[in-house]
Amino acid sequence: MTAAGGVLFYMFALLAVLSALGTVIVHSPIRAAMSLLMHIVCLSGLFLLLHAHLIAALQMLVYAGAVVVLFVFVIMMIGPSAPEPPVLRGMIVKTASIGVLILLTALLAFSLMPVGTRLTPLALCAPEQGAECEQFGGVVAFSKTLFQNGLVPFELISVLLTVAIIGAIAVARGRSAEETQALRKKREAEDQKRLAQEARERALAAEVSAHGGH
Amino acid sequence: MDIELGQYLALSSVVFGLGAIGFLVRRNVLVQLMCIELMLNSVNLMFVAFNRYSPDNHTGQLFAFFVIAVAAAEAAVGLAIVISLFRLKKTVHSDRADTLRN
Repeated sequence: MTAAGGVLFYMFALLAVLSALGTVIVHSPIRAAMSLLMHIVCLSGLFLLLHAHLIAALQMLVYAGAVVVLFVFVIMMIGPSAPEPPVLRGMIVKTASIGVLILLTALLAFSLMPVGTRLTPLALCAPEQGAECEQFGGVVAFSKTLFQNGLVPFELISVLLTVAIIGAIAVARGRSAEETQALRKKREAEDQKRLAQEARERALAAEVSAHGGH
Repeated sequence: MDIELGQYLALSSVVFGLGAIGFLVRRNVLVQLMCIELMLNSVNLMFVAFNRYSPDNHTGQLFAFFVIAVAAAEAAVGLAIVISLFRLKKTVHSDRADTLRN
């Protein structure tokens, strides 16, 4: 990796940590969402450095383009009651500082000790070989792996996404006034039936005990 | 300058820890969901980094692809639950959601 790659890594890494910290600390959720957006963009840059081009593009498309937008929509729908009332600030600061200490230890440990293999040079394609050449992390090579090794999970993911859409609509739909009334009537009818049944059982038990157990 | 795998591991663990601490400390359900996304992103970074440092196949990136898809589905359903909670309790403070029956 060149010197530029190192500089870019440290820049993206620092921005990623700062924006993650921002997401956790900031009081208002819309600012936390913007901080999360910057974190996602930094991670996309890191994926590009790791030669995962399709994953970087998908990260921007799906996370930055759909998930964060969904968050912003919900925050806007919820409106002014979205920020929480101020909690025990001391407890938050204490927990956060203990956590940051642990994290800095991990950072130091992992940075200093040699973990894993060294960076192997990738057998990349020459520019004149054209689009048929399969670069590591490119669309062609990754798609081959996806549709050969990961075909069943890929189809299952589409089922999962359909189920998630149906579930989200079913949960967030809420009930109209007629539905609420119909449900209440049904529940009252069931309660009446249950009370009548219990009353009958109690009457029967009283009768049996009054006749001395026969 | 060569970036080692350990440095990616350090960055991933720092971000994961921040997300975990944020999830436990914050009481706003929306911010908790964002901290979950932070944790999932850090795991994605780890998958892709390990794949770069043993580039025989694309397994790490494949896993990251599925993690992205599952995280998107989970964010959608989680936000639907947040909307339901807000409709019921008029708040997104997780401490107020303490009974199953209002």
